[in-house]
Amino acid sequence: MLLIPCPFCGLRNEEEFTSGSEADRHRPADPIALDDQAWVAHLFERANPKGAVREWWWHGRGCRLWFVLERDTVTNAIKVVP
Amino acid sequence: MAARRYSIWSLIRNALAYHEGWARAWRAPEPKPAYDAIIIGGGGHGLATAYYLARDHGIANVAVLEKGWLGGGNTGRNTVTIRSNYLRDPSIRFYEHARRLYEEMSQELNFNVMFSRRGQIDLIQTWAKLRDARRRSLSMALVDAEYEIITPEEVKRRVPLVEIDPTARLPILAATWHPGAGIARHDAVAWGYARQADAAGVDIIQNCEVTGIRRDGGRVTGVETTRGPIAAPRIGVAVAGHAGVVAAMAGLRLPIETVPLQAFVSEPLKPVLDVILNCPALHVYLAQTDKGELIIGGAADGYTSYAQRGGLHVIEQSVATLIELMPRLKRVKMLRQWAGMIDLTYDTSPIISATPVDGLYLNVGWGSGGFKAIPASGEGFAHLLATGRPSPLIQPFGLDRFAQGRLVLETAGASNRE
Repeated sequence: MLLIPCPFCGLRNEEEFTSGSEADRHRPADPIALDDQAWVAHLFERANPKGAVREWWWHGRGCRLWFVLERDTVTNAIKVVP
Repeated sequence: MAARRYSIWSLIRNALAYHEGWARAWRAPEPKPAYDAIIIGGGGHGLATAYYLARDHGIANVAVLEKGWLGGGNTGRNTVTIRSNYLRDPSIRFYEHARRLYEEMSQELNFNVMFSRRGQIDLIQTWAKLRDARRRSLSMALVDAEYEIITPEEVKRRVPLVEIDPTARLPILAATWHPGAGIARHDAVAWGYARQADAAGVDIIQNCEVTGIRRDGGRVTGVETTRGPIAAPRIGVAVAGHAGVVAAMAGLRLPIETVPLQAFVSEPLKPVLDVILNCPALHVYLAQTDKGELIIGGAADGYTSYAQRGGLHVIEQSVATLIELMPRLKRVKMLRQWAGMIDLTYDTSPIISATPVDGLYLNVGWGSGGFKAIPASGEGFAHLLATGRPSPLIQPFGLDRFAQGRLVLETAGASNRE
């Protein structure tokens, strides 16, 4: 069970949150210019790292804030991203 | 060298000799400097691939590299369910083929994999699921896979444990009966394939972790391992829970996320359940093993992790719904709990495919459903490794489906219910 530090509510139980997957993925600025492979990279491919990952979390059963955390996917240790 | 055949006669002969004459089931060779093909991952999929490479394609100069021990990854962490009640035509064809291979596996491998054809009941508690079941039964009829809709009373007759109270929160509206489904001994599947592959000349190398993939101008030349470099012109990746990590060694990114999926077993009970019981709406499924333990699976955890452990609240949820469904299990104690890391693809169908790197092939992304696929996956992957082209059964599961928009969106896994 993770204790997740919500920037607004403080440490809260994992069950109140939904993982929003990897952060730092941005919709391409010029979608018309992309070929199929670039779309695959954006839509489907993930870094899926073993170790540190920056990811979105949603405090959906709390203050409903979206925020970014850094978590280690091996130890589940969480670092708050300022 | 043929493996010495196991039979009633070998059992008697060895019993008379105080069981001191049993030969090792497979060798423990030192890695050679080069092979015709290397398979990364000594679980069911990797070992089956090696076996079918030797049997169907005459390629036996093959090394299977396993970082731990045989079948110690997800082959040893699943809930041993074998079934073919999928949604899409390619999946139904593929998994039904695998299921049929399981039925004859013990004979084929001369190794008792304890396949036990139990049949599976899926409880239907929503109208959407009932429509889905009708559609699925018709799709499955197209490949002669049996899947029929039964009444709640029939469920009660077959599984008296289940409460079919019409005033329950989610009353059971109907159920489906999948008579072909079964369970098997997971270790035996890995061991059976290992023994026959070894007998055909395949080198199975345990405690040998791959740390890098050597490339030369866009094609693979071999691997770096903890036991030195090994060269091969063809490399098959058959790992679970680490597909992204291994693919990254060759500079590839995959449409895969790795999440924990937990399972647990109860104390051994007298026979109470002779079918596999699946309850998609409540996220729980269970079967009773030959030892009498109830083996129970639930939903996947909600975030990526390589920790091989999941959250307690996920199990709590599974247990709560289990008791709602079968109140008589209330006082049963749970013995063990564990988690496997499952590689979930975007459409939750596997990837059996060539890659942009010449000579590198993938057999990954099995999500929550790899065990049931082992024989068909090994057969198809061996075909791909040997010929460079996918067999018709595995062709829909290529990596190119993402660019071509041919997703095989599945809804039948433990990881994506409702």
